[in-house]
Amino acid sequence: MTKKSKNICSVIAALVLVVLLICSYEFTSSSSMLRSVLQLGAIYALAAASMNLLNGVTGLFSLGQAGFMAVGAYTFAIFTIPVEKKAGVYYLYGVADGLSDIALPAFFGLLIAGLMAALLAAIIGAPVLRLKSDYFAIATLGFAEIVRILVASSPFNRITNGSLGLKAIPSFSNLFGVIPAYFVPFIVVAVCISLMVLLIKSSYGRAFKAIREDEIAAEAMGINLAKHKRMSFIISSFFAGISGALLAQFLGAVQSTTFPLSMTYNILLIVVIGGMGSITGSILSAFLVTAAKEWWLRFLDVEQFIGDFQVPFLRTGFRMVVFSVILMVVVLFWRRGIMGNKEFSWDSVYHFFTKKKKKAALLAEDAEGGAVNE
Amino acid sequence: MLKIENLHVYYGGIHALRGINMEVADGQIISLIGANGAGKSTTLKAIMSLVAKPSGYIEFNGVDLSKMQTRDIVKQGIVLCPEGRRVFPDLTVEENLTMGAYLRKDKDEIRKDREWVYELFPRMRERTWQLAGTLSGGEQQMLAVGRALMARPKLLMLDEPSLGLAPLIIKDIFAIIKEINNAGVNVLLIEQNAKAALEISHFAYVMETGLITMSGSGRELLKDDRVRSAYLGE
Repeated sequence: MTKKSKNICSVIAALVLVVLLICSYEFTSSSSMLRSVLQLGAIYALAAASMNLLNGVTGLFSLGQAGFMAVGAYTFAIFTIPVEKKAGVYYLYGVADGLSDIALPAFFGLLIAGLMAALLAAIIGAPVLRLKSDYFAIATLGFAEIVRILVASSPFNRITNGSLGLKAIPSFSNLFGVIPAYFVPFIVVAVCISLMVLLIKSSYGRAFKAIREDEIAAEAMGINLAKHKRMSFIISSFFAGISGALLAQFLGAVQSTTFPLSMTYNILLIVVIGGMGSITGSILSAFLVTAAKEWWLRFLDVEQFIGDFQVPFLRTGFRMVVFSVILMVVVLFWRRGIMGNKEFSWDSVYHFFTKKKKKAALLAEDAEGGAVNE
Repeated sequence: MLKIENLHVYYGGIHALRGINMEVADGQIISLIGANGAGKSTTLKAIMSLVAKPSGYIEFNGVDLSKMQTRDIVKQGIVLCPEGRRVFPDLTVEENLTMGAYLRKDKDEIRKDREWVYELFPRMRERTWQLAGTLSGGEQQMLAVGRALMARPKLLMLDEPSLGLAPLIIKDIFAIIKEINNAGVNVLLIEQNAKAALEISHFAYVMETGLITMSGSGRELLKDDRVRSAYLGE
């Protein structure tokens, strides 16, 4: 395929996606499941993509995602809760002196949330990145737990409101007065993921991949291992922080229990189903997993009758059992996930449709070659 | 151009290199032969600063390398093509070659060098889009050499390029090493296949348990009785 036809395809695909998104807004009510699943899917897509940047592309297996998201969510909440509502939110402990008059617009809130997570990554990165594989995973896991416990602990009561959590976080608001609030998370996520894709396609991205493949060879090529690992860790955490902030906006309230260990595993699961190292895979699977978990499998949680026969097992919680089985099947039979470590490209779509022909041609050739050898 | 004086390396309590002195003169192929565990690979890694705290003096074109980081040594023009090929398996052939030129910014020259690598290894051109992990052993070795050449080295260090390859392919690889040298790149070669290495080298060193025990031109060593009995199996 030529570059021009690929560009035309991309523009058409982007337009189709935008039109579908607008349809999902125009033809649904504000409380519809489709809307919230799409928004949540987008937020998880960003969280998964940022985790993929570190785990899939750079090959550093981190389990600290929920920690960085919590930092982002709390930072966003602390800086954006409207001044007049602060007294109500912090009714028990009172609000810290410096914070009582601060209420930033959402954009700056997101930025600070990302920067805070990045700063923390820079600080813990120095010691933690010296560790290899499993030990690195355990250290980051520990970090996430520390964050979760610290935000609920009493010394920070006047900042994080202890175990009560933060409420009255402003939800998404209209952009420039024209774009409805519903689209805001999609726009933020699209911008963030585009930045990540640009990074991965740059020479930094290639260095990240080289580190994933073979550290010694990468070092022998002249790549600065420590610097690139640190950079990948910080950038990944920055976007994790933003996804946490978006989640805070989506939920309207955060507590330390919003970001348990299982949050990290959920995101890891999205990354694995999508394919380690494939950002497009992460996006696809974020929407699929969110839709399946929150929506399509809901019917398993209520008692169902076929005529007079009550379907056995169906009760609250059964949906997660089925979901786990689906997961195991995916991991067993589709080990590399939906996309493997490849990104979406028009060439691969083209090959997918022309492959069958080629395979037949190759088989025929082999048969001929075999005949000659005999 | 490369001068090593009194190089020592310790792995924990093991004294792996016990005072190496050697020199690589301009325009030559120098080889380093010896048994397993003699310290050949360690010598190359020490030159690249890939082992912890080597002591001694290493000089390249008048520049002291002994305190430098690996990436700065690569910038000086020394590139190691590590043992066991170590191509990036999930990157394509082309991406592997691009990684070789990681520290270079001159895009036009990089493109020219890529053409040169494709001329040296025509098979790589056929497989530009193939993942390096799916190449055969010989092809991976060619890719590893090509990737090292993309850094436009003044000194190319090859660690066991013939390891695990079929005799016919080994012949190809050695012919190409000669061709690379003719193009003006100095080569420092480590080989188990002593005969093939000595035949193409201008000068060679023999290593035993962390020391250099013999040196001489390739032809001299090929005739030497001790070398013949210990390394050529005659």
